[in-house]
Amino acid sequence: MTVACPTRLEAALDALASTPGAHVLAGGTDLMVEVNHGGRRPGAVVAVGRVAELREWGVEDDGMVRIGAGVTYTELMQGALAALAPGLAEAARTVGSPQIRNAGTIGGNLGTASPAGDTLPVLAALDAEVHLVSPDGPRRLSLSDFITGPKRTALRPGELIAAVRVRPAVDGDTQEYLKVGTRNAMVIAVASCAVVVEPSARRVRVGMGSVGPRPLRATDAEAWAEGHIDWATGALDRADEFGRLVAEAARPIDDHRSTEAYRRHAVAVLARRGLARGLRGIGGMAA
Amino acid sequence: MTEHYTLRVNGRDHEVDGAWLGESLLYVLRDRLGLPGSKSGCEQGECGSCSVLVDGGLVCSCLVLAASAVGQEITTVEALGGPHDAMSVVQEAFVSEGGVQCGFCTPGLVMAVHDLLVRNPEPTDLDVREAISGNLCRCTGYGRVLAAVRAAVGAGGVAGAAGAAGAAGAGGRSE
Repeated sequence: MTVACPTRLEAALDALASTPGAHVLAGGTDLMVEVNHGGRRPGAVVAVGRVAELREWGVEDDGMVRIGAGVTYTELMQGALAALAPGLAEAARTVGSPQIRNAGTIGGNLGTASPAGDTLPVLAALDAEVHLVSPDGPRRLSLSDFITGPKRTALRPGELIAAVRVRPAVDGDTQEYLKVGTRNAMVIAVASCAVVVEPSARRVRVGMGSVGPRPLRATDAEAWAEGHIDWATGALDRADEFGRLVAEAARPIDDHRSTEAYRRHAVAVLARRGLARGLRGIGGMAA
Repeated sequence: MTEHYTLRVNGRDHEVDGAWLGESLLYVLRDRLGLPGSKSGCEQGECGSCSVLVDGGLVCSCLVLAASAVGQEITTVEALGGPHDAMSVVQEAFVSEGGVQCGFCTPGLVMAVHDLLVRNPEPTDLDVREAISGNLCRCTGYGRVLAAVRAAVGAGGVAGAAGAAGAAGAGGRSE
């Protein structure tokens, strides 16, 4: 077995190229569980936790927020980044525990591509771009093209997740992330929902987690809400219809964590609640 | 990388020889370096009993690939107290408030509380609950643990700690 601990992106790509099939290790919160419990005996590991380029985030010339794959949940929750991407901050707060949030990264969340990954519904709602890098050059994929199924991605051999890019929240925007589980801490979502409300663009976006093989959007519900919200006051009649359309877009299953029926119910409740919080903000602005 | 590497733990270099490179930091600490303070509960990051500081950040050592922590500063519960088995203020508070019953979760809780008080010397009750939300206790109960944190804050927290405790957490390194 070999372990490489590069500190620069180029060295990380070299290490991946020279050890085909190597496991990429970020925060370790997924891979090490599989190693400890005996399921995995990796032949080679490339640990990317200290790759400087992956640890950075910033606002780019086009106004988009670029978040390096190695940015941790703890970092997502803090300071200016949390203000630019409040939905990701909210999702990060619901992940595991302080210990897990110090280790786990947004790139790891994407790479594992669990249907329950907490940042993924938010990234879906924000139409995030996933930026990949390899010796052949960079690639940019939409989230829906990147995550192809449960724990399946379009990542090619030798390729690394470099960053995600999302549009920043501007004044008046709200990004809510709501999650159902057995307790607040250390919980894998039974159902989760991100609701983004952008009054200046008259836009509503809904991303869902744990109710399908990969993060889903509820586009019919989005369009219905955009057309029925009184954007001057934030008033919305028949929020139950919004919830119904969200539930309709979900594709949940029965498993050891919950049932198809409960998940469909829960995601509708979460979506209605998230939208109500977003619209409350508009009422506040009007007053 | 060869199967020989060096870890810097509690301010001292430790050689790790003949190890399988897939071993967790927790395993290496306990079974190769003779530092059994960090406890092995779930080995999946759920229980927090193996909490240590890596470069000043609180993490579950069971989820750290030991060989990937080369060059990083690791601080375990063994380094919190002062010389001659003196306990830190946080450790004293756990004893005086009865925050220790079977003791299995205690090292992890002590590390989490130590980390909290380094970052936030006057935490609210909510801050404390959040800070220990990744540490499972199944017998003492959390009431006495919360009391211990309040007592530790009252006694000056990590600033008032004996020995290396404050320095170990603040910069992730001890002398």
